[in-house]
Amino acid sequence: MLILLPVCRNLLSFLRGTCSFYRSTLRKQLDHNLAFHKLVGYMICLHTAIHIIAHLFNLERYSRSRQATDGSLASILSNLPHQENYSWLNPIQSPNTTVVYVTFTSIAGLTGVIITMALVLMVTSAMEFIRRSYFEVFWYTHHIFIIYFIGLGIHGLGGIVRGQTEESMAENHPHKCAEFFEKWDDPASHCKPPQFEGLPAESWKWILAPGILYIFERILRFYRSQQKVVITKVVMHPSKVLELQMHKHGFSMEVGQYIFVNCPSISNLEWHPFTLTSAPEEDFFSIHIRAVGDWTENLIRTFEKQYSPVPRIQVDGPFGTASEDVFQYEVAVLVGAGIGVTPFASILKSIWYKFQHADQNLKTQKIYFYWICREMGAFAWFNDLLASLEQEMEELGKVGFLNYRLFLTGWDSNFAGHAALNFDKANDILTGLKQKTFFGRPKWDNEFSTIATAHPKSAVGVFLCGPQTLAKSLSKCCCQYSSLDPRKVQFYFNKENF
Amino acid sequence: MGQIEWAMWANEQALASGLILITGGIVATAGQFTQWYLGAYSIAAGVLVCLLEYPRGKRTKGSTMERCGQKYLTRVVKLFGPLTRNYYIRAFLHLGLAVPAGFLLATILGTACLAIASGIYLLAAIRGEQWSPIEPKPKERPQIGGTIKQPPSNPPPRPPAEARKKPSEEAAGIPTGGPQENPMPVNDEVV
Repeated sequence: MLILLPVCRNLLSFLRGTCSFYRSTLRKQLDHNLAFHKLVGYMICLHTAIHIIAHLFNLERYSRSRQATDGSLASILSNLPHQENYSWLNPIQSPNTTVVYVTFTSIAGLTGVIITMALVLMVTSAMEFIRRSYFEVFWYTHHIFIIYFIGLGIHGLGGIVRGQTEESMAENHPHKCAEFFEKWDDPASHCKPPQFEGLPAESWKWILAPGILYIFERILRFYRSQQKVVITKVVMHPSKVLELQMHKHGFSMEVGQYIFVNCPSISNLEWHPFTLTSAPEEDFFSIHIRAVGDWTENLIRTFEKQYSPVPRIQVDGPFGTASEDVFQYEVAVLVGAGIGVTPFASILKSIWYKFQHADQNLKTQKIYFYWICREMGAFAWFNDLLASLEQEMEELGKVGFLNYRLFLTGWDSNFAGHAALNFDKANDILTGLKQKTFFGRPKWDNEFSTIATAHPKSAVGVFLCGPQTLAKSLSKCCCQYSSLDPRKVQFYFNKENF
Repeated sequence: MGQIEWAMWANEQALASGLILITGGIVATAGQFTQWYLGAYSIAAGVLVCLLEYPRGKRTKGSTMERCGQKYLTRVVKLFGPLTRNYYIRAFLHLGLAVPAGFLLATILGTACLAIASGIYLLAAIRGEQWSPIEPKPKERPQIGGTIKQPPSNPPPRPPAEARKKPSEEAAGIPTGGPQENPMPVNDEVV
């Protein structure tokens, strides 16, 4: 039952950890678990439809056979007596019984109807529109999968689908005896009446192992969530962004991973994922939460209350493929679009720590960071990070290490006017950073050719967290500007990381 | 759960039930089951439900994603006015449509799903939700000549518009527009 396995995220993390000696492309497939879950879901729907239609025809034919009085093979088989367990074939016992009655009075029929309705409810509440706009409906409704699996296990218990017994096949094989059905009762014929038995339920064999794994996963999630999380610092950023710095015993993270967070005082059952914005070298881990829906707004409001005790937070994680490849390139080009900038907070901080401590694992000598955003407001906290990095680099005298360019794509004439007016000021008026904000989208051809001329002999890693169209143009540029000579500059595009 | 608009989920559920009704009806009619005329009814009811439910209503909060090609049906559904706007009527309509299909096994699943959709619509109606059509915003045709403003009234170099406004606030006596003022208003002659 493949649908349960992709949602066991702790199991997947465990697999990812043990497979560290395999190529990372294999591990990255584990990141597509939700897509796999949806595909299997669609398959379940399709096969449910086929199964139901087949049984509808089956029952209809049983009903016709029961009502047939023409002495055909079908009617003889239907009239096999019901007294003993081994002799009857047709579950419809009398000509007056309707198929609806049989459906609702048999285990198979009743469980079938119930679990199909559960399936329909699960699918309609999981439509993308409902999921994105009203997540709680999706989350709580989807838990009726418990009813689905229990019903599925019980579904075959009644043995309503019957097959000929072994002994009966020896005495009355259909190939030999089917034509002589009038003579079955005749003691002199070599064909005895056939015996049928109910075929046993098989579905429990398929769902037992994944079901146990899933129960184990939920218990594990519960156990991990009970571990104490200490909130060391709460920062309220402008544009309704909340930063939580936390500490948990035994928690270790890599760059680019995410955690699931639960706040029991808001909702007991909801777990929401957030990318980690702290570096592994720091002694706390942090997340930045923006108010985008019910749960996040409630969370921010709870933390804003100054005189009430800090609410308890439960954390599960970290999950996700780590992005250690970033540290392997001499020159790294990092492109973050919109909310895609969040994993880069962790990466930039980590690169900076490694650089300060002259970590041998860090091959990076230069970073080009491109941040493309429609409007800066929601990511003002990232500005602070860049500003502090800028300042630290000045203090260490390594101003050239991090080059960043910010692109504001949602600009109007007001912005441009202000920028033109403050042209000769040292700091950018929008962000306060030394680097001026550009307006519009970056011209990748210019950027890539500049980088190629500046680093003629290096391997340049290009990392993107953003939309698919951007991925296409970046990978095209990588191919275009990689030199034919393998000793000269080569651009490597990494899009599976995020 | 406070902000959910139940009608959106009821709409998805009803659309799914319509499709299930059509499928069950086709199976019953094509297989010539007993009482197959109920299957034919179920196809018709399913088609009606699908046509009614295909255009998604507008959410009260936030933007709504339209279904592909729904604007033609939106016009038709809008024509019925309060019959389609009110969710009580929809709830009872769906319940009524569902009942006859419940007598045939092939379509009974459609009945159950449509009954659930009807229940959710009833909940939506009790909470005061309404169906409103998603209308495309009329494209604003650019007025010819409307964006041509008064030509600049002071010679270059000129600071941008906001900077030009500042001196007029600070010193009330100086005429607006900077050092040069045109003796008569200047209009462009483009019609």
